[in-house]
Amino acid sequence: MTAVTDMTSIPAAPKPVARRTPKATFDVVFRNASFLAALLVLALLAGIMLSMIVGGWPAFREFGLGFITSSVWDTQNEQYGAWPAIVGTLSTALIALVIGVPLSLGIAVFLTQLAPPWFKKPVATAIELLAAVPSIIYGMWGLFVFAPLFAAYVQIPLSNLVEGIPVVGTILYSRSPSGLGIFTAGIILAFMIVPFIASITRDMLEQIPSVLRESAYGIGATTWEVVRHVLVPQAGVSIIGAIMLGLGRALGETMAVTFVVGNANRLSASILDPGSTIASRIANEFNEALGLQLNSLIALGCILFFVTFVVLVIARLLVARVKKF
Amino acid sequence: MRKILVLAAVAAGIAGSAQAADITGAGATFPFPIYSKWAEAYQKATGTGLNYQSIGSGGGIRQIKAKTVAFGASDAPLKGEDLAKDGLVQFPTVMGGVVPAVNIAGVEPGKLKLSGDVLAGIYMGEIKKWNDPKIVALNGDLKLPDANINPVYRSDGSGTTFVFTDYLSKVSAEWKSKIGNNTSVQWPVGIGGKGNEGVSASVKQVANSIGYVEYAYAKQNKLSYALIKNHDGNFPMPTIEAFQAAAANANWKEQPGFGISLNNQKGKDAWPITSATFILVHAKPEKPEEVQAALKFFDWAYKNGDKLASDLDYVPLPSNVKDEIRTAWKGVTDNSGKPIF
Repeated sequence: MTAVTDMTSIPAAPKPVARRTPKATFDVVFRNASFLAALLVLALLAGIMLSMIVGGWPAFREFGLGFITSSVWDTQNEQYGAWPAIVGTLSTALIALVIGVPLSLGIAVFLTQLAPPWFKKPVATAIELLAAVPSIIYGMWGLFVFAPLFAAYVQIPLSNLVEGIPVVGTILYSRSPSGLGIFTAGIILAFMIVPFIASITRDMLEQIPSVLRESAYGIGATTWEVVRHVLVPQAGVSIIGAIMLGLGRALGETMAVTFVVGNANRLSASILDPGSTIASRIANEFNEALGLQLNSLIALGCILFFVTFVVLVIARLLVARVKKF
Repeated sequence: MRKILVLAAVAAGIAGSAQAADITGAGATFPFPIYSKWAEAYQKATGTGLNYQSIGSGGGIRQIKAKTVAFGASDAPLKGEDLAKDGLVQFPTVMGGVVPAVNIAGVEPGKLKLSGDVLAGIYMGEIKKWNDPKIVALNGDLKLPDANINPVYRSDGSGTTFVFTDYLSKVSAEWKSKIGNNTSVQWPVGIGGKGNEGVSASVKQVANSIGYVEYAYAKQNKLSYALIKNHDGNFPMPTIEAFQAAAANANWKEQPGFGISLNNQKGKDAWPITSATFILVHAKPEKPEEVQAALKFFDWAYKNGDKLASDLDYVPLPSNVKDEIRTAWKGVTDNSGKPIF
């Protein structure tokens, strides 16, 4: 308070004001420019959403809620349903997370806590390079290299093992062991999201002040206890953010999945059987689609948009809850 | 005087560049290699280039309807009423065949014999094993394994699928009523590969599988193929001669715009799964000179392009069909109703 009165008591100096004016103008311009840039993002989002809804509307109007629940995708009779693609999208993404998240967290903890310094740099660089590999490379590698190996060493032995056993014999049995299917797509997706999750988590763990870690070691904590009780709670929010980023990529990944998912527009009880995802179906059929089929593909895109949006909202809510603790 | 000369030179330059403007076209991916080959040779011969975007037949139909290109290209012919509705003229350019590619241990290329009925049964999931009595009955003493058949199909919408399912619809009433004929259909069994390369990769890798690919692709990649019983009950080898035999017996005037199917044609040497690929132009184009340039290009290709087509394993049209096409071009007119070709 006294400072303010002191300030007012000093006679106003015109010079500094004159010097400040151009700066203030620049401030205004800069503020408006950045505001416009932010507005552009909103406009773009709204534009995309609007055009997807308008493009997909004929399909939603024709089939109603049945578009989501129906499993028929028949271009001959113009009957379209999204259910197998939605299930395929969610299950491949889920498999990718189940495999990819522990792997990524393990890599991140190892690199920040356990790795000898000479080993850190090459592994960290390799992970960043993996993130830069184009998705079509993952797809081709999956189709030509991974799928035959997977068929020969996993699918066929596993099918022989579980054949006839109730439940497991259905979920893990493949009638045609081609190496291609929902599970293969999930594995390839896991490889693709590991670099993202691992490198973000590593950055986050490295930012934790070392004094925290050292004091934990100082009171006699084991490495596991330090990771579990000091590092993870500290970086928790960011780790969830990294996982959600990976999930977003897994949900929308197109080329790699199209190569290895088997592209069957039908539901199967086995996760080793071929299936399809929303993105792979759009990639497959968009070129030749006309009329209602085109509308249905756009409507599929609309659903993917919505699913990704819901995932992001759930992520935000999770982050908000974790922050409270 | 000098000024006039300069003006004349400039005018000639403008006229020259207008003439050398590229012909624009878009559509089917199947004929893309031969269209680019023709375009290259045509540019050398005449100076006019072709800008062809292989965006798929569906895209080609969309683009020509939107009038953004001089011609659209489609593997599947449009029906007469669709041509009439949009004021389009349709004609074929080259032909190709579809062959079944197989991967069965111990069965050599061209040894396995199938019929249309059996193919339909396999792709409907009704014939499940390679030693099914129906397959054994066609193959005499060929040793077939007691193994599940893995059918492979094209997952992307494609003219190849259109031709293949058109054939199956012709030979199997059950296929026609249950699954039908389109650029993509609802396959009850099997795995999908994207593009010819996706199908052939799956067939090569999956034991006991069967797929269908364009002949040119099967030949260039040395895929093991099966023979199919044709209309006359023979099992011809898939060769350019067998595809031409299918075209020779066809009645091209049966459908508007030459939109006939060459599947299951009569003739003892005719390959049963054969098809032409088509071009679409507007009958009354807004820019007649562009369409005129396109027709000139195809006229040149009919005259000079057969060798190039055969080199790439496409099948040239019979010459009587080419003449009929030129007659059909009289239906493409400028604003005053005068034929532009």
